[in-house]
Amino acid sequence: MKLHVKYDIHAAGKAILKEQLELAGLSYKAINFGEVELINPVSPEKLAALNENLKTYGIEIFNDQKTDIIQKTKDVIVEMVNSDENLPAVKVSAYIAQRVNYSYGYLAALFSEVTFTSIENFIILQKIERVKQMILEGDLTLTEIAFKLHYSSVAHLSAQFKKTTGLTPTSFLSIIKKRRANNIH
Amino acid sequence: MQLDTYQILLADDDEIDRLFFKDAINELKIECNLITVNDGVQLMNYLKQKDITLPHLLFLDINMPRKNGMKALEEIRADERLKDLSIAIYSTSSSKKDVEEALLKGANIYINKPNDFEHLKKILFKAIKLNWQYHTSGLNKENFILSI
Repeated sequence: MKLHVKYDIHAAGKAILKEQLELAGLSYKAINFGEVELINPVSPEKLAALNENLKTYGIEIFNDQKTDIIQKTKDVIVEMVNSDENLPAVKVSAYIAQRVNYSYGYLAALFSEVTFTSIENFIILQKIERVKQMILEGDLTLTEIAFKLHYSSVAHLSAQFKKTTGLTPTSFLSIIKKRRANNIH
Repeated sequence: MQLDTYQILLADDDEIDRLFFKDAINELKIECNLITVNDGVQLMNYLKQKDITLPHLLFLDINMPRKNGMKALEEIRADERLKDLSIAIYSTSSSKKDVEEALLKGANIYINKPNDFEHLKKILFKAIKLNWQYHTSGLNKENFILSI
């Protein structure tokens, strides 16, 4: 007797991953697009054992050096943007290159290739995210925020904000406040 | 971008707009899997199925028969399983009032449908990239708002 079967490879892969992670006693936050976000760090031995089990299903954990470099670059940028200390005396590009320990030219090219965004755009995105948080916290005026985040003026901040989000800081704040009042999200 | 495939869902009743959108997506550098539905009822029926992969980004036309985009948006945001979907309202209107209403109802992105193909490609690319950043860089999705 013939059975006709169709299968969703994504769903199957995800189900196997979940099962194996649970068997290994590893808690995870999310399984997305070929990535598993574990809550706690794992020993190399445990990782190797997990990998062996997964291999029988044709699933393999791989160490992607490029991804590590990109992640490190992002981490450095996020830390830099969110730090309350003044920016280091060297240029941002030199700072990043130094912290990640690769030439800036290489990092810029790699970053664009993998993320389809430039490092500069990523920095701007992170800065604007911080501006959003600060606006919502409400402790500082827009001028104070601009000063704290090293914008040359409020106008500069507003322009970059509008360029990145399509909205002015004031419109943004108004929308979030109204959403919260209506209890959306 | 490191991903299997980016899943996009488009709800639009206009066949030409759907084709336009599909062509634009195909010309982008990013690997996308596009699914289209023709109105709000089809959309909700599709999303309510338990076994589908939820889209990474949903593009929602406002003016659709049977159930329009705004109504669908409200229903999605009220649904426990669907409420965290990234949603872009895709509309011919550029009125400030419509933009605000869409964002207030919980849309993440408001797109004013361009007539120019190259422009559409740019806009879609921007929306997809930004949405991807929110997925991967631990940013607060509550603050994800983009109007283009």
